[in-house]
Amino acid sequence: MCLGIPGQIIAITDAARQMAMAEVSGVRREVSVACIARDPLSSLIGEWTLVHVGFAMAVIDAEEAARTMEALRDLGEVQEALDAMAETAAALEQVQ
Amino acid sequence: MKYVSEFRDPDAVKSVLAAIARVADALGATAERPVHIMEICGGHTHAIFRFGLDKLVPPGIEFIHGPGCPVCVLPRARVDEAIQLAERPEVIFTTFGDAMRVPGTGKTLMQARAAGADVRMVYSPLDALELARRNPGREVIFFGLGFETTTPSTAITVQTAAAEGLTNFSLFCNHITVPEPIKALLDDPHMVLDGFVGPGHVSMVIGTHPYDFIARDYAKPIVVAGFEPLDLLQSVLMVLTQILEGRAEVENQYARVVPEHGNPVSLAAIADVFERRPSFEWRGLGEIDLSGLRIRQKYRAFDAEEKFGIGYGAGPREVAEPDGCACGQVMTGRIKPLQCPQFGRGCTPDSPLGALMVSSEGACAAYWQYGGARLPVALS
Repeated sequence: MCLGIPGQIIAITDAARQMAMAEVSGVRREVSVACIARDPLSSLIGEWTLVHVGFAMAVIDAEEAARTMEALRDLGEVQEALDAMAETAAALEQVQ
Repeated sequence: MKYVSEFRDPDAVKSVLAAIARVADALGATAERPVHIMEICGGHTHAIFRFGLDKLVPPGIEFIHGPGCPVCVLPRARVDEAIQLAERPEVIFTTFGDAMRVPGTGKTLMQARAAGADVRMVYSPLDALELARRNPGREVIFFGLGFETTTPSTAITVQTAAAEGLTNFSLFCNHITVPEPIKALLDDPHMVLDGFVGPGHVSMVIGTHPYDFIARDYAKPIVVAGFEPLDLLQSVLMVLTQILEGRAEVENQYARVVPEHGNPVSLAAIADVFERRPSFEWRGLGEIDLSGLRIRQKYRAFDAEEKFGIGYGAGPREVAEPDGCACGQVMTGRIKPLQCPQFGRGCTPDSPLGALMVSSEGACAAYWQYGGARLPVALS
């Protein structure tokens, strides 16, 4: 939860709310780009970012993203984040 | 652990290791009289063990594992309060998965869920907000945990909830800050630290200046570091070089990600939503002045402590650590995990007694997972 995972911004989903679709290790997840917002927001498309708990916190270059991804994969952090994203989908659908 | 040949750039790793050995020699560091370097961040602790860096550096360098694992330092009283909130029938209690297995005095959130409480693991506070939108008849509480890396996300979530006028969302805020416990450790007369490897992703948010006091007031070097093996080794070398040259400065090895002044949007969101508590309790370390955050008055409608009358100010809070649990001594570097009487006996990852055994970022869990041959010897 404390380490950011590299994710590539592939689309802006809601410009007013500063939300975008990011691809993290092949999994798509909507993230907030409020902390890295710039004008126009669409210029973020294609950028690599460090994603912390659903928020893109920094723009990084592709080489840095690849190196970070490798280190985090070794630490099991990537799988942990992907598992958490899957858990969330279940939590949102659960009816009690 | 990995062999050096498996690293991305084995030649660079070898060359930094050789330089570390030279400087350690020049400092006269030996296993008996080591240089003590604290890595503050739990992610760094995990990386040091996973990559076996503690065994690659010369015996004259000893890593002390700092208090930078937010789940590990969460006091039992706060876990109990989280469970109290979760057991209210109208509540959907949302949390990062890391917190599910942290023991309170009686049980964990996982056990509370098994007993019927509606506890849901989410990836992001934004997911908790979405649950509140979808369940207007329920009270959705988010268990806000973590250092300055996760604080901006919670802050922006509260701002969003306020902007949307949601009335069924609140935050149980346990956010803590990195610089204050470092100050507390440095003020401890038993402490023997010679320098620090500073957190990478926390610093991405707060920048490097919040560490200035470490160099200025305590004359200790600190180097902000990335997470790759080479990053960590280079940072150790930079700390050692400062010591050898008689310098005490804040240096940034991770400048490719960490800006000097941090992330301005994140810092503004934190300042807007949160203020410092007079003090906050850390498991194993006790109360530390100004080390925790609470929600400002203007967002009080989103403060679960206010809304449900729980937490600081709501009653007596002294909760002792479990018998024989030495998390506090491990965290302050006084003993190694293997020297704790409960390690591997009353406390294992399957059945953790102390918080350092719970998270993969905790020193005890790292020892357990990557201790290899050391464990059977120590436990025999």
